[in-house]
Amino acid sequence: MIDFILLFFLVICAIAAIRMKDLLSTVIILGAYSLIMAVVWTRMNAVDVAFTEASVGAGITTVLLIAALSRTQRGEENGQRSQVRVQGSLNAHSIISLIVVFVTGAVLVYGTLDMPDYGDPNAPSHHHVAPRYIKEPLEESGVINMVTALLANYRGYDTLGETTVIFTSGISVILLLRRKIQQ
Amino acid sequence: MFNIAATVIVLAAALVIYRAIKGPRIYDRVLAVNVIGTKTVVLLALIGYIYERPHFLDIALVYAIINFIATIAFLKYRQTGGLD
Repeated sequence: MIDFILLFFLVICAIAAIRMKDLLSTVIILGAYSLIMAVVWTRMNAVDVAFTEASVGAGITTVLLIAALSRTQRGEENGQRSQVRVQGSLNAHSIISLIVVFVTGAVLVYGTLDMPDYGDPNAPSHHHVAPRYIKEPLEESGVINMVTALLANYRGYDTLGETTVIFTSGISVILLLRRKIQQ
Repeated sequence: MFNIAATVIVLAAALVIYRAIKGPRIYDRVLAVNVIGTKTVVLLALIGYIYERPHFLDIALVYAIINFIATIAFLKYRQTGGLD
């Protein structure tokens, strides 16, 4: 029940963040989105992910987006373009697009029918390679901590790639948001 | 018992989300998101007791600590027009 309401809140927040004309409001709504998402992660018993979501999603991302906002403009140029789009909204193109979206959504919903239940411990993903990773990391890698063995030994190249991506994006953010040197 | 309390807190969060989306002024939205953060802290503590893992309480406390970062950034942006 609570899960359902929380996921419903997420959808509402996402739609509101898209529809909002004021970018600062959008940033704030996204902060609310991250907080609700953190509760959903906690309901799934993934406390560390929830904590990352709350600190990065609601904290640092909001600060970075506001910093980016202070370098650009806050609202749309003027309301003209969106007005024109609303007037010409019911032509053939948009009806075809609507049908395509509905058919795709129906196919996706049909695809989820065979999936295991939410949080099912008997799901196939928990019985494929997970038992081996839980039983044998100490003998195979000599690392005591299971999570560390997975991250640094079994999928070391994956972690290296992730670290490279985060490092690159961090440098990009520093370059974009650095202070101008006072002449 | 804890489930009922959690449901009530979530329903109360619905009212605040309404204010966050509708809110005519930007300050209404900031205040609403702040309240959502507070409700998240309470909800985390409750979920910890529902799952019988009371050490979630520590995480809820850390949430309460990092809750105001976005608000400070927003206020500084409103006051000076930038974060420098």
